[in-house]
Amino acid sequence: MIELKSLSKTYSSKNGSSYEALKDIDLRVDDGDIYGIIGVSGAGKSTLVRCMNLLERPTAGQVLIDGEDITHYQGRHLFELRSRIGMIFQDFNLFTQRTVLKNVLFPLEIRHDGHSSALSRARELLELVGLSDMEDRYPSQLSGGQQQRVSIARALANRPSYLLCDELTSALDSLTTASILALLAEINRTLGVTIVIITHAMSVVQAVCNKVAVIDGSRIVEAGRVTEVFSSPQARITLQLLGLEPVTAAAPAAAGATGTINAHDPSDTKREVASDA
Amino acid sequence: MPDFLTAEFWQEYGTLLGQATIETLVMVASSTVIAYAVGILLAVVLKLTESGGLKPQPVLNAVLGWVVNMGRSLPFIILLIILIPFTRMIAGTIVGIRGAIVPLAVCAIPFVARMVESSFSEVRPGCIEAAQAFGASTMQIVFRVFLPESLPSLIRGAAITCITLVGYAAMAGAVGAGGLGDVAIRYGYYRYQGGVMFASIVVLIIVVQLIQSLFDLVARRIDKR
Ligand SMILES: Nc1ncnc2c1ncn2[C@@H]1O[C@H](COP(=O)(O)OP(=O)(O)OP(=O)(O)O)[C@@H](O)[C@H]1O
Ligand SMILES: [Mg+2]
Repeated sequence: MIELKSLSKTYSSKNGSSYEALKDIDLRVDDGDIYGIIGVSGAGKSTLVRCMNLLERPTAGQVLIDGEDITHYQGRHLFELRSRIGMIFQDFNLFTQRTVLKNVLFPLEIRHDGHSSALSRARELLELVGLSDMEDRYPSQLSGGQQQRVSIARALANRPSYLLCDELTSALDSLTTASILALLAEINRTLGVTIVIITHAMSVVQAVCNKVAVIDGSRIVEAGRVTEVFSSPQARITLQLLGLEPVTAAAPAAAGATGTINAHDPSDTKREVASDA
Repeated sequence: MPDFLTAEFWQEYGTLLGQATIETLVMVASSTVIAYAVGILLAVVLKLTESGGLKPQPVLNAVLGWVVNMGRSLPFIILLIILIPFTRMIAGTIVGIRGAIVPLAVCAIPFVARMVESSFSEVRPGCIEAAQAFGASTMQIVFRVFLPESLPSLIRGAAITCITLVGYAAMAGAVGAGGLGDVAIRYGYYRYQGGVMFASIVVLIIVVQLIQSLFDLVARRIDKR
């Protein structure tokens, strides 16, 4: 279980200006979820997911993993924690000078895993993502979809309980997207990995997520089970994302969203919605 | 036909030029190795401590950057003189190839530091972030991401360093360091033997070309991007 409690993140620059990328976020991802976090560009999605493994330090609030407050983890504790959380990126971020196999081995090398068991683990994962015959290739010799498969295998190397995906299909065509999402669903089902998917596409949420949080203007404006949120969307941004309300040239987002809503218990059927929606 | 193209010329001066070439190569190779040992260390510190780096330390970064820039702005010939006491202490002499290696290395250190730092900057931030996300420590990121990911670029940089040092080694030759520069000056300038000077220049050109081609070849072979 990943919990964010009253989480805020303010970026401050040297010239004294500051920007609140996340405001008072409450979110709970339960074990087994495929949790979608959707919003327009600049809404704060990446910042939110990066707070989950502390690539970004929240300025206020807490991050809890399996009930344990990790907000102030440092050094060895932090490294150990991160190795239990896989991460997948929009532009793959594979190591260009390593082969496919060595890319998958990377997280295992970091944990000093025994070489022979690591090797068989890496091969097993390449089998899972359907790239067994490409272990000696380099990332530059792969298509985008293949590269993303490698990065999924790499993210799973340490048998993480959680997989964080930041726009993992944004660089891919629709068919490749569908196959990658199907792979994620399979990983969730067979390995029991809890998945968080950041996206700006409703279709991604519809395809694989069981829960969704809509983020707009640094706040979560709506959250709950996908079926519920989609059958009776409340926030204006959600309607816009679903194509049910026109988007004006001025602002694609419901920029004036003021109310805070708590999205801590999506299983609770009653959903709270931003006050101005 | 210029006299250095004749067999007699090479019978007379071949050994001298061969010896000088070896001396130049020894000076360049040893000072490059020393300069990289220290330069890479400085580059790592510069890269890690920059703002937005893995261990931001603005003051340390600024001071070190300033020292490196100062080192780079000193003309080699002046460095050679300033370093005389230091060279004598380290190498035991200030002449010959031993005496030249110390100032050559010292001169190349800040140059190498900047070159390596810029190679490190070519590593995509996303790769570093991925390594962090998998729980890599800062040192693991240095050894398993920065160095291997920038290796082709480091090798291309090493070619530039070596070639620059060939030039500096020739300059050191003017003050008695040995090598091809020494031969060119002694024979060409003091004894008016233009042929020997031309021959040593031709050898220098060949040495530079070979260094460039060799390093290019290696860099191309290992670069998988
Ligand atoms: N390091 C930073 N310093 C200052 N501001 C930042 C920083 N990182 C992000 N921001 C700001 O925070 C806001 C949210 O950024 P974030 O990357 O989380 O958006 P996003 O929802 O992921 O957008 P996208 O869909 O374009 O990736 C943006 O307005 C961005 O400009
Ligand atoms: Mg983003």
